[in-house]
Amino acid sequence: MATQTVPSPPAESPDAPPDPRRRSGARAPGEKSLVAAPSTWIVWAGTAAFFIFLVGILTSVVVDSFGRPWFDSWLPENFVTSWYTDAWQRFGMAHIMGVTLTVALTVIVISTLVGVPAAYQLARRTFPFKRTITLLFLLPVLMPPITYGIPLATVMYNLGIGRTLTAVILVNLVPSIPFVIITMTPFIEQINPTIENAARMSGANMRQILTKILLPLLIPGVLAASILVLVRTVGMFELTFLVSGPQSDTLVVAIYRAMTAAGGGEARQLISSMAVVYTATMMVILIVALRYISPTQLVARVKESRED
Amino acid sequence: MSHSTSTFDSLQLKNVGRSFGGQDALVGLNLTIRQGEFIALLGPSGCGKSTALNCIAGLLPLTHGEILIDAERVDLLPAERRDFGMVFQNYALFPHLTVEKNIAFGLQMRKVPKPEIKRRVAEAIALVKLEQHATKLPGQLSGGQQQRVAIARAVVVEPRLVLMDEPLSNLDAKLRLEMRTEIRRLHLALGLTTLYVTHDQEEALSMADRLVVLREGRVQQIGTPEELHNSPANAHVADFMGYRNLIDLTVTAVDGSAVTIGDHALSLRGTACEPVAVGARVRAAIRPEDLLVVPPTASARGDNTVSATVTVVEYHGREFAVGVTTATGRSLHVRSDHPPVVGSTVELTADPARVLVFPSEAIDLDSLSVDERELAEVRQ
Amino acid sequence: MSRGQTTKSTASLRHRLAERGIDSSLLMLVPALIFAVALFIYPFSYGIGLTFQPSAATQAQWGTSIFANYIAFFNDPFIFDSIWLTMRLALPVALFNVVVAVPVAFKLRHKFVGKKFLTILLVLPITLGTVLTAQGLLIFAGRQGWLNRFLLDIGLIDAPLALVNNYLGVVFSLIISGFPFAFLLISSYLSGIDPSIEAAAKTMGADWLQRFRRVILPLLAPGLATTFILTFVLAFSVFPSARLVGDAMGSTRVMALMAFRAFGEQNDYPMASTIAIMMGLVELVVIAVVLVWRSFMYKGSTGGKG
Repeated sequence: MATQTVPSPPAESPDAPPDPRRRSGARAPGEKSLVAAPSTWIVWAGTAAFFIFLVGILTSVVVDSFGRPWFDSWLPENFVTSWYTDAWQRFGMAHIMGVTLTVALTVIVISTLVGVPAAYQLARRTFPFKRTITLLFLLPVLMPPITYGIPLATVMYNLGIGRTLTAVILVNLVPSIPFVIITMTPFIEQINPTIENAARMSGANMRQILTKILLPLLIPGVLAASILVLVRTVGMFELTFLVSGPQSDTLVVAIYRAMTAAGGGEARQLISSMAVVYTATMMVILIVALRYISPTQLVARVKESRED
Repeated sequence: MSHSTSTFDSLQLKNVGRSFGGQDALVGLNLTIRQGEFIALLGPSGCGKSTALNCIAGLLPLTHGEILIDAERVDLLPAERRDFGMVFQNYALFPHLTVEKNIAFGLQMRKVPKPEIKRRVAEAIALVKLEQHATKLPGQLSGGQQQRVAIARAVVVEPRLVLMDEPLSNLDAKLRLEMRTEIRRLHLALGLTTLYVTHDQEEALSMADRLVVLREGRVQQIGTPEELHNSPANAHVADFMGYRNLIDLTVTAVDGSAVTIGDHALSLRGTACEPVAVGARVRAAIRPEDLLVVPPTASARGDNTVSATVTVVEYHGREFAVGVTTATGRSLHVRSDHPPVVGSTVELTADPARVLVFPSEAIDLDSLSVDERELAEVRQ
Repeated sequence: MSRGQTTKSTASLRHRLAERGIDSSLLMLVPALIFAVALFIYPFSYGIGLTFQPSAATQAQWGTSIFANYIAFFNDPFIFDSIWLTMRLALPVALFNVVVAVPVAFKLRHKFVGKKFLTILLVLPITLGTVLTAQGLLIFAGRQGWLNRFLLDIGLIDAPLALVNNYLGVVFSLIISGFPFAFLLISSYLSGIDPSIEAAAKTMGADWLQRFRRVILPLLAPGLATTFILTFVLAFSVFPSARLVGDAMGSTRVMALMAFRAFGEQNDYPMASTIAIMMGLVELVVIAVVLVWRSFMYKGSTGGKG
């Protein structure tokens, strides 16, 4: 079924899984090949093509956001910053940024407070129905957001909380809490459980173990999980879009609405300037994030930040 | 509150037991520990000794029995209120706290005044000779140093009982010997009542005032090192105490506790630990150091001898460990002060008092622990 | 071994419950469970219930049975074809992302100058988000964008290529957001394979192709399956790019768009829920197929633990 044209290097039919695998094997050279094999060139060329697209997309948007006018030419005639000031006023960017940050921070705080204790129990204990509960926490991450987002949004409109900030925060908690649990569980598993026993034997009660031993050890993990939740929440389009209204749109939803409503013409530059603001915000978060976590953690589980 | 006093007359374990989902890990442990005693809990892995320790610590709830200190029942107290100290096999130091703070932790939990904490921590650090490392984090220390921190952390609060869970098993051989002496020295200096878990019988014999030998969750014998060493209660304890030669034979004559045992090829005189009858299947236990190779220069053929063929000779410094095979194909471990030639036939002799005879029990391979089963397989 | 019951336990009920893993610390799970039930289980069940309460409009067109929504879903080609349109996008994109990420990750797994820089560049698209990617693609790859302008100037093409507002535009957008994800995941799986295993294979005389196929690939297979599933989920549920750089009424009329159209534009919540639930079902089927392949692959290739 998957025999459609796929643009870029391996263009023909990737039909059965074992086949492309073998082919990718042919591309992956042994690590000792000092002479650059054709496969090496293909890998590098592919990577380069990817980056050309990436850089092209990014610079187009940035140039567009400063250009006036920019139609049938390589570069705009003039560079101005007025699109930013226009966009800021026309779309109420201050309010949108405020909403975005409020939503992100509230989601981080709630999902950490709720998720970390649950992750602790899942990491440390066995109890009846543990597998079922784990699956329950995994499902929202595996399901397409729309699948549960639409019924959830329906419930929220029925309850009369649709288009409110509360609704936006609540929908974003659905994937965030499981995400914190999934990220923190392996992290907690790596903390030697006898340390807690040692603290008990030193006379520490449950509260003291929590505040003096576990919390300091968990901080790197909580920090990493928080940043990941931040990235996901600021970038979350589908769920927010379903329940947000003019007063509770986050930045990404506001950009989408501007793109689909106004469409083309002069508004394109306004949208570009908003998009630049969005990307700049995300990059700041990312740069901060990379100081605390490794890139693979952005998608994979917390692994490297072992303490003991 | 619970840290009333660190002195007591006796700590009593009454019929202490622990089962995991119907499977008994520890059954009927009865033991009275006197103030200041050093007790070793000894047994192969999986014998229930760590379970016993964790139960006493309060990290595992008991399923049977009770623990009393004088008349106070402590098994219902949570671990943190029993006022016990514990040293863990993997040290379990708090990775985010410095050596000083690790050691101070227990005192802080007990709300000891700051100046006193400072003084006692400094003393404890001096006691384990870690003055230069006081401000380091555990990750910067070697295994031996970490273990010393763990010991200091456990003893600084002067607990009513110090529990040690195989504290030396993660160290290399040389360090283990040093730390053994160190722990013994600390025990003598501080006089803290100690319960020490180990699978190393040499360690237990050299350190403890009394030993408790466990097997499959059941107590096999309780006694002083000498008692266990010289008169093990059964073949399992004997096996564990270094009686490497375990020979299944039949009783041919009985005279009180002196018995003669043998099969069609050999005959030995030994001492019965329990009454046995002629014709009974028995198991004779002999240490390698009690089974000697008769020097070829010896004039007469000695008493109580067995002849065997030399298969392996190992040099052990002052003596030779020799592996021999008897005519019936039994492998025996013996000692010799001269190196016999491999393949030659030698005469072995043993003092009848050092040949311990135990009634054979039907051996069910399934009832053995993994270690014992492996040993049994190697022996066959 | 005597059973525990033979001697009467002196332990309290609390102890015996603790034995089975039940004690007061399990309360720490309660907040998370409340959220899961209130925000996931309840709405989900409610949504399923809703699918059996078709709206008046649906009943008028597809009959009054409680299954009218499902009848509509399977019989209205405008809706039903969206399954095919979604698969046609998500499957090739997910497969491409995984298949290309393997050699790139394999190539980049050793230390070299600029590795960190390259990795950070690869993470960059995560910050772009689908909406900005769409905006950028429209400008960069549009008829008057730099890409077409460059290709025209060097004489490779005579007329601008139609790269956006169609199937291709969505594919580009999904690759740009999905590939870094696949790359990072596979990199982390690759780094989890003990290099000494490969070294051992080398000492036994396996060349790099044999090592890759017989050692690395079987060990990587579970990771590949997971990566495929996750990138598939990403590509499967996306709809901003389908709307913004695709052809929303034609070749990129994906299920998510249809669900949203029913929800936001027609306010037909039962129909929207039906499409949403069917989306979940279709995705679960694909995931199940991949998991079956994975268990087959993993067992078949390693021959048990060594």
